[in-house]
Amino acid sequence: MAEKKTTSTAKKATASKTAASKATASKTAAKKTTASKTTAKKTTAKKTTRKPAPRKAPAKRTTARKAAAENPVPGAVGGDGAPSPIEGQSLNLGHAEAINAPGDADFRFYTEVDAYTHEELGLDVETLLDMYRNMLMQRRFEERAAQMYGRQKISGFLHLYIGQEAVSTGSVWATRPDDPIITAYRDHGLGLARGMSANACMAELFGKVDGSSRGKGGSMHFFDVSKHFYGGHGIVGGQIPVGVGLAFACKYKETGGVSLTYFGDGAINQGSFHEAANLAALYELPALLICENNQYAMGTSVERSRGSVDLYKQGYPYDMAGVLINGMDVFTVYKAMKDITDEAREGKPFMVDMRTYRYRGHSMSDPQKYRTKEEMEAKKDEDPIVRLKAYMLEHKLAENDALDTIDDEVKQVVLGAVEFAENSPYPPVETMYEDVYVQDDYPFIS
Amino acid sequence: MAELQFREALRAAMTEEMERDENVFLMGEEVAEYNGAYKVSQGMLDQFGPKRIIDTPISENGFSGLGIGAAMMGLRPIIEFMTWNFAFVAFDQIVSNAAKMRYMSGGQLKVPIVFRGGNGAAGQLAATHSNSTEPFYANVPGLKIVAPSNPDDAKGLLKSAIRDDDPVLFMESELMFGMKGEVSDAVDYTIPIGEARIAREGDDLTIVAHSKSYWLAMEAAEELSKQGYEATVIDPRTIRPFPFDAVIDSVKKTNRLVIVDESQPFGGIASEVGFQIQQRAFDYLDAPVQRVTAKDVPAPYAKNLIEAWMPSVDDTIAAAKRALYVN
Repeated sequence: MAEKKTTSTAKKATASKTAASKATASKTAAKKTTASKTTAKKTTAKKTTRKPAPRKAPAKRTTARKAAAENPVPGAVGGDGAPSPIEGQSLNLGHAEAINAPGDADFRFYTEVDAYTHEELGLDVETLLDMYRNMLMQRRFEERAAQMYGRQKISGFLHLYIGQEAVSTGSVWATRPDDPIITAYRDHGLGLARGMSANACMAELFGKVDGSSRGKGGSMHFFDVSKHFYGGHGIVGGQIPVGVGLAFACKYKETGGVSLTYFGDGAINQGSFHEAANLAALYELPALLICENNQYAMGTSVERSRGSVDLYKQGYPYDMAGVLINGMDVFTVYKAMKDITDEAREGKPFMVDMRTYRYRGHSMSDPQKYRTKEEMEAKKDEDPIVRLKAYMLEHKLAENDALDTIDDEVKQVVLGAVEFAENSPYPPVETMYEDVYVQDDYPFIS
Repeated sequence: MAELQFREALRAAMTEEMERDENVFLMGEEVAEYNGAYKVSQGMLDQFGPKRIIDTPISENGFSGLGIGAAMMGLRPIIEFMTWNFAFVAFDQIVSNAAKMRYMSGGQLKVPIVFRGGNGAAGQLAATHSNSTEPFYANVPGLKIVAPSNPDDAKGLLKSAIRDDDPVLFMESELMFGMKGEVSDAVDYTIPIGEARIAREGDDLTIVAHSKSYWLAMEAAEELSKQGYEATVIDPRTIRPFPFDAVIDSVKKTNRLVIVDESQPFGGIASEVGFQIQQRAFDYLDAPVQRVTAKDVPAPYAKNLIEAWMPSVDDTIAAAKRALYVN
């Protein structure tokens, strides 16, 4: 009984907190800052925590931000030189307020940013530039896609990934090219990270025959099986059991692969998540269940949809290790994913709570009335692309001009993709009847 | 030829295919340690081991999706539902994923999976446990649906289903697992999916019926024969693709059609067959197409009510007489 009471009191407290945070955004920022600090402290104390890299002097970070401000990624969120509302090395992890890990829980925390150097991670400068190019590709592709949507060249739903690029790039660079990846409808970023061509992706958005799914999938259904990218799925949570099936096949066929199953924080409330998590744990599958926790399921914040907001704990009922990762820093994502993927290959599934943030609405039709301008402002300093650029400049790994050149190149590739999509024909109507069955003499009824 | 129960024929098909192809595995509730809820997989755990005969928790959505993912990477899963009545919680996986994966990937993926299990009503099990689920899935392009009526067809068709590169839904009548019949023991015995079986030939009318309803149709045909009316009975064996040509050919000879179908009447299999025939063989029809289905209410529990709810031999004879304009 006592325990129950505590729980309900805590819930009430959370509820009033939520109300308060709505009322005064600045207070929210302050509160969350404190929360981050607490997180960081507890992190260090945790036995299972990876040893964080030595703290850097705050002055250095200021320099990094300054560098970003002076050399902003054009069009990127952030880089405006505004003083950061945060202190300490952890970025704002949203609702991660308390880590009440049960004593025997295997929880890992990668909450820090600016905690790792590229040397520590074994990444050479060429690789950093590739990662930078890849993240920019995702962003420039989507900025252009949004523009094309406005011009009605693209129809249907268009869910932009902007802000979450560190998650896709960090994950892909940390895993094997043949590790199967599956995700939900916000799939452009992961597809491009996995090496899908901008041409095929843009043509798919345009509904053209040269699209990655021959114009039959659209934005929500990118696929490139040659790149081991298994979509692109439109039903919330429906891809999670399928992703566990990819892991099952890896184990059955002894490929040594690990499946990366991405889903949003909204999907964690679906039964499919819990059924899949149980099966992954029960069969000891090489599966990473990765929640891209951008903190809003369409317009509903995690606080408004969850009894427990610490999503990394959601594997705990299945004895699954939980990992909390700051998804706004590509180095942090890379480090964490590298660590756990090696273990996952041995048949140890992980529940990953990847804290990230989308700078755009849920879809193009979302006016975003559910969050304040202040909250958006507070997130600007976290931009993963600005952060990587600042790191490279600060460490003199690249000249500003060279990075600008990369941006120009990427923009050209995206413009080329738009031209490619424009010039690609619509699918011939008879192709509507193709790809339904493998058996090609299937007796259709017309 | 050997006399086998329906369940033994299914087991023979699965066993032979698992021996032939190491990518085939069986997964479902109670299929391994318990030897199958209806003993279809009896002894298979001993033969193939736990890697390939896999017990699951009660989570149809989860293990159906797992099978689909495994199939996308080249395995050939057989997913057993204890009954199709419980597969409603896996509906999203079957309909949104298995059926549409190939189309939405522009032909990049194939999903060679078999979902199988008991279907329809089995006595007084009331509304939740008595659904004939064919029409729900038959509405979805991308799926193949097979519903055999005897052990021999069960074996030959299941082997074809396992080898098929498209998702196949294999529906077994719950009341037929113990039914015995001659089953071919020819090496590599398969029956192609999509071909009807003409079980009986007569010039006066055509009766189409699949799965358990087939036996009602045969009994009705025998009774009609005694009364001087000879029926052709066609077992389509496959619901999707439906072998319409066999029915059209028969209707061209008999000019009258009755469809017996245990699913619900509204938007059901009988309704689709009726529509197709009036459209494609209208000039050959001498009477309106008749259908015999479950009654259009949830399945009741009471003995007299469930008997009245199910299609019966008497219902079939009455429908045939309406088609023949005799009373």
